[in-house]
Amino acid sequence: MSTAAPTVRVQVSTVRKRLDLVGDRALFGVCLLAALLAAAIILLVGYQIIHGASPAISKFGFAFVYETTWQPNFGEFGAGSLLFGTAVTSAFALVLGAPIAIAIGLFLTLLAPRGVRGVVGPLVELLAAIPSVILGFWGLLVLAPFAQAHIEPFLHGTLGFLPIFGRPETTGLSVFTASLILTLMVIPIIASISRDLFQSVPPELQDGASALGATRWEVVRGVVLPTTSSGVVAACLLGLGRALGEAIAVSQVIGAGSELQASLFKSGDTLASRIALQFPGALTELHKASLFYCGVILLVIGLASNLIAQAIGRRFSYQGATAR
Amino acid sequence: MSGATVPDPAAPLTPSGNLRRRQLVSRAAELAATAAAVIAVGALAIVVYTVVARGAKAIDLDFVFTGYPTGVGPMLLGTLVIALVATVMAMPVGVLIALYLTEYSGARGSGALRLTLDLLNGLPSIILGLFVFALLVDHKQQSGFAGAVALAIIELPLIARGSQEVLLLVPKGLREASDALGVARWRSVLTVVLPTALGGIVTATVLAVARAAGETAPLILASSVFDPKHFSVNPFESMPNVPVWIYKLSEEGNPEGFTEAWGMSLLLVSFILFASLGARALLARSKRKLSS
Repeated sequence: MSTAAPTVRVQVSTVRKRLDLVGDRALFGVCLLAALLAAAIILLVGYQIIHGASPAISKFGFAFVYETTWQPNFGEFGAGSLLFGTAVTSAFALVLGAPIAIAIGLFLTLLAPRGVRGVVGPLVELLAAIPSVILGFWGLLVLAPFAQAHIEPFLHGTLGFLPIFGRPETTGLSVFTASLILTLMVIPIIASISRDLFQSVPPELQDGASALGATRWEVVRGVVLPTTSSGVVAACLLGLGRALGEAIAVSQVIGAGSELQASLFKSGDTLASRIALQFPGALTELHKASLFYCGVILLVIGLASNLIAQAIGRRFSYQGATAR
Repeated sequence: MSGATVPDPAAPLTPSGNLRRRQLVSRAAELAATAAAVIAVGALAIVVYTVVARGAKAIDLDFVFTGYPTGVGPMLLGTLVIALVATVMAMPVGVLIALYLTEYSGARGSGALRLTLDLLNGLPSIILGLFVFALLVDHKQQSGFAGAVALAIIELPLIARGSQEVLLLVPKGLREASDALGVARWRSVLTVVLPTALGGIVTATVLAVARAAGETAPLILASSVFDPKHFSVNPFESMPNVPVWIYKLSEEGNPEGFTEAWGMSLLLVSFILFASLGARALLARSKRKLSS
């Protein structure tokens, strides 16, 4: 390649040097701009959502967060029941989904033979790839009737003395069905993160415990879970963030009720699904602003859970010293 | 007294008492973990089976290529255009962010930037819908472009993280060889580093597109009022698209609409599953090739 004579080479290199100086700065500048754009997007999103909500913020103030009346025709809005619905569905999804997901993580790292691991791992992650509108559609036509006909009557029959397992409705569109769909969405997130965590546990610790006569379960309880617990908590928080913000699938199966209900088998609504359901048909500015206000609440909760998860996760990765 | 502690040599070698209990507990835990994996895979299988079984009936050539009411061609075209516009916006920015992370930023800058990307990734998609509505739709009109902006924001952190992983795998030797020849940094980035990582970057992008193509929440606000007969390639008007149409049909409660929605679900799911499985396999291969 470099067969040029030395004299020519020097001549070229002065031009080239100047070009390189410009090129180096230009590439750095463009990269920096792209990085700043990412930060700007977050700020801009926050600004636009708060700006859109400002009429509702100035009209209702903080009372919006706990008031439970939502009557668009009378200009009365309060997100209390939506916040309640969001909390109930997300908590339910996490309580049911996290143990299953962590168990899947354990199965993939400790139990599954290599071949099974290579198949089941990607399959669990594919569950996260199914679009929420399709999962919601499936929930509406398949899961809701099944839950209404089989699961809800069973739970009502055996645990009906608890107010959360009230009398099933006729449609199956309920907080319960929505929670089940959210569970399906939360599982792959927590499972894939906890699998990665469990794989990072030093094998010599596990072998040591085994050599002392611990059974497999005792290795898990005594070594694997304690070394990864904070990371698992962070994974659960990330799953929670996903469940809080899911709008479409929830709006398809939750039945859009506006009252506070103790029973899981009644219809309800969440912040995100209320936005998806009512925004396209919202006529007054106040109605739209109130939905933006719901978005503000959602944004604050979502960012908070995400930040806490990152903080825990960072601390964990320093402690575990498994940085790549 | 000591006679009591001597074990019976003829007894079978099976654990008893405490050890037996511990082993049973361990066995039960193993079963539970396996059951959990079966539940998740089973749920996926049931969903996919339902979509295939009910959707296959709806699909034929007319379904793919003609407009409403015989087919869903406009929706497919619209989703294609919106995803394309989104990717054209997100891919360069994502790759540049990845370059910034791997080539330029110090430890502190990269920490802040990665946090930003994680936060972007964690934004609920309905929030992005509200955002593009406020920014691009309010007081104007709905447009496929507004939807594409939201999808681009969804794709951005995925492309950036994926590309960064691949860029980190580019062998040090290549960079050093280029430095030793006196090549300026920007030249070695553009002619050595990026081409080496290109395969991985493309697959990361495909994964991001697969994730964004089915997003419904932003499009409900950005591009939901459309004529399902009209083939449109103009992103500055409201474009028909698959996710919103599935959503509308599911809300209507009409059995024929349901069949149509299952058909579209099948097309969408098979695109997403093939794209993500294929991209995953390619990514694993190119990572292995780079790191070996």
